[in-house]
Amino acid sequence: MFDVATAAVEGALAAGARYADARVMTTRTEGMRAQNQVVESLRQDESAGVGVRALIGSSWGFFATPCLDNASARAAGAEAADVARASAMVAGPALELAPVTPAQADWSSAWEEHPLQIPLEAKADLLVGVTRASQDAGASLAGASYAVWDTERWFVSSEDARISQRIVECGAYMEAIAVGDSETQRRSYPGVLGQYGTRGWELVRELDLEGNAVRIAEEAQALLRAPQCPAGTTDLVLGSAQMALQIHESVGHAIELDRILGWEAGLAGTSWLELARLGELRFGSEVMNITADATLPGALGSFGYDDEGTPAQCTDIVRDGRWVGVLSGRDSAALAGVAAGGTVRGDGYSRLPMVRMTNVGMLPGTSSLDEMIAATEDGVYMDTNRSWSIDDKRLNFQFGCEIGWEIKGGVLGRMLRNPTYTGIGPQFWASMDLVGNETERRFWGTPHCGKGQPVQTGHTGHPAVPARFRNVRVGVRG
Amino acid sequence: MGERELEICNRVLASVGDRAEAIVQVSTGRHALTRFANSFIHQNVAEDSTEVSLTAVVQGRLATASSTDTSDRGIGRLAEGTVTAAGLRPPDPHWPGLAAPGETAEVDHWDQATWAASPVERAAVVRAFVDAGPGTGAAGFCSTDAVITGLANSAGLSQTGRATVAQLDALARTGTSDGLGAEMSRSLGDLDGGRAGATAAQKARASADPVELDPGHYEVVLEPACVASMLDFLARAGFNAKAHAEGQSFVHLGEAQFDASVNLWSDASDPRTLGVGFDGEGTPRRRLDLVRDGVTVALAHDRRSAAQAGTRSTGHFSGDHAAGPMPTNLFLGSGTQSVDALVGAVERGLLVTDFWYIRFLDPKTQVVTGLTRNGLFLIEGGRVTSAVRNLRFTQSFVGALGPGRVLGLGDDGRLATGDLGALYGWFHHVPTLRLAAWNFTGGAKG
Repeated sequence: MFDVATAAVEGALAAGARYADARVMTTRTEGMRAQNQVVESLRQDESAGVGVRALIGSSWGFFATPCLDNASARAAGAEAADVARASAMVAGPALELAPVTPAQADWSSAWEEHPLQIPLEAKADLLVGVTRASQDAGASLAGASYAVWDTERWFVSSEDARISQRIVECGAYMEAIAVGDSETQRRSYPGVLGQYGTRGWELVRELDLEGNAVRIAEEAQALLRAPQCPAGTTDLVLGSAQMALQIHESVGHAIELDRILGWEAGLAGTSWLELARLGELRFGSEVMNITADATLPGALGSFGYDDEGTPAQCTDIVRDGRWVGVLSGRDSAALAGVAAGGTVRGDGYSRLPMVRMTNVGMLPGTSSLDEMIAATEDGVYMDTNRSWSIDDKRLNFQFGCEIGWEIKGGVLGRMLRNPTYTGIGPQFWASMDLVGNETERRFWGTPHCGKGQPVQTGHTGHPAVPARFRNVRVGVRG
Repeated sequence: MGERELEICNRVLASVGDRAEAIVQVSTGRHALTRFANSFIHQNVAEDSTEVSLTAVVQGRLATASSTDTSDRGIGRLAEGTVTAAGLRPPDPHWPGLAAPGETAEVDHWDQATWAASPVERAAVVRAFVDAGPGTGAAGFCSTDAVITGLANSAGLSQTGRATVAQLDALARTGTSDGLGAEMSRSLGDLDGGRAGATAAQKARASADPVELDPGHYEVVLEPACVASMLDFLARAGFNAKAHAEGQSFVHLGEAQFDASVNLWSDASDPRTLGVGFDGEGTPRRRLDLVRDGVTVALAHDRRSAAQAGTRSTGHFSGDHAAGPMPTNLFLGSGTQSVDALVGAVERGLLVTDFWYIRFLDPKTQVVTGLTRNGLFLIEGGRVTSAVRNLRFTQSFVGALGPGRVLGLGDDGRLATGDLGALYGWFHHVPTLRLAAWNFTGGAKG
């Protein structure tokens, strides 16, 4: 496939581009969902094509086609150059790309059991079986699903980069819903929307869906009878699954350099972070340490090279509570005066690569979850996200969790339903005083991150630990 | 129109042969989006697309697969793989069978010039938007999409359709505020970048230097983008017959769940809307009344939900039986009052331009949380008196539209995209609404 990508780059250069790169991508996906012992959907999708970027002056153009012959690829390169010339009708400031040593490399993620080689009957049996167990335990609606991606890409640039990669990802999800007269309650496992990684089917086996189906069904029913989470201001302990979402929304998106530069203002919004304060702005308390690490084996946001050919790397984002790093690509990094961060990725051959989260996660602290609860006189413990909403500067958030428990005198008490909490990002992170230790750390992965226009779905990872926050507003209801 | 797509459909059906029941949809398209920020074009993309989607059913066991490869080899692989996959899974006891040949949809929301639109034409719209707001920054997109689709099944059904969509959706920005200018049509020629840019700039300037307002219950005037967001959620989780059968919907058929002034229907054939006139099962999307004079009267069905409910599909297969059907091309009946009259009737309340990042707290109650965006204004004594900093709300959409809660409907019905629609390509024809109360639960201070 390198010849097709090369033809696309040559087509763009011949049409006047001063820089061009192209990705040939083939993507195979498979997903199945069962509800109440019935397989409701089974999909297997394949796409293949080439997408090419052309830079003329300071203006970009991108064109994609599913036709994988050299002539079509060359024509796509010329189309990309035409699009770039049209961009120049409303041109921006001068642009150079942050330097990256052109790589010639092959890279692959690791897997033990390729998930597309697991028999469909076995996968169906798993999903039907866990929904049966959950239904038998009283769930009104018991659902289970898995998803698999097997992506190969061949990247060529006019700077002589030549990189092939293969990434296999999979994961699974299970939920039990209890339907009451006036509301529904849901319990998900292992987390909201599931758990995914750059691994094989061994990840799904390790999740032990079967061992948790009854528990979540019973908890969903118990939630219908549980008291409402009281409204007020209190100490809040978050489980690691909810922390992953909290990090994703209020840290991960805020540190995307394209947002900080205003490039996402039209849809996703901007960021409260001002570039001029990089290195000195306080993001949170001194126990807050965040990295963006695309090199973590098995985590969903890991890869060998990004879609600009920049090697995967680990970047400090927040160190001892200070904001010190961003997620960037070659163009945004050059404009901001930082090194290329290697975080630009595209959702399939037909989508323009853009700044995406890698594995944006929290470094462990010193507390176990039990120690955090024992140290809390009066508070609420919440976990597993149910709703999430945050403003277009990534400041004002309100998150709802599936389940909560009150904490009284250092002991978990009653289960609480409809727990919600709200706050302002930097104030909230400044209130964090206890951080979970290494044994509490999990590499959460979410394959559902929407960004860009046309909208792209990104796969992001979030190493997370439980944490405690002081004086948080909880119990917001409609 | 659609001959090439149907020819591919027939090749796929031939490849499946008598091994399975089958339904095939082939869509080809041209999609282009010119994106700008900080008043320059920073991303500009175009693609030619082809997708072949096949559902094969072997004795009630069904699998769906898709491919971008239309070669004989690619089609053979697709057919072989899909039939094999179908045979390996358990049967679906609710499989309703294929749609029979019948009446086709007489819908053609198509503009040839938009299909052929060049990046230069889109850039010209952007240029006009940017130039219309001197002193403000501009950010948004101008897009053109054209799709031609053919659909056929092994029961003899065969249809073609086509649609174009042109959209301009952008902000003018000051240092302290944003203003929205949005237009959509089947024709790029209908989009006026200068008009949208002027609207956005006026709104941005008017909402500069906003004041803080305490959260609480306020009377509101919601502009069409807000109303479209409300319909996104009502459609996805409320009028979805599967969600209703599962007990997760708010809908109680035959009850006056809405204000008597509310009339809501779905109709892909209306010339004011966009898109193809049939769903992925081949069922025409005819007019379907959902709420009549405040009374909830119907649900949207696909063939699977309809079979379970003992009724007929309404043409609202969402593409995923697990997600259930969803009504599209919604219309909320307009009123007779101008927007100025709606604002003029408010003693103290808020004028809201747009919503942002809305998510369910519970689909059954339709309680959501979200924020205002792109222009929020205080109304006092029937006049807009100041701009207000964005507020968070936690509110039931059904409750907000309940009996006695709708105080006025505007005469300005138009196509708009909501919070989810911007992600998924949904659009609704909606007017400005005046509502008795909206529960704002937080502001910039939390």
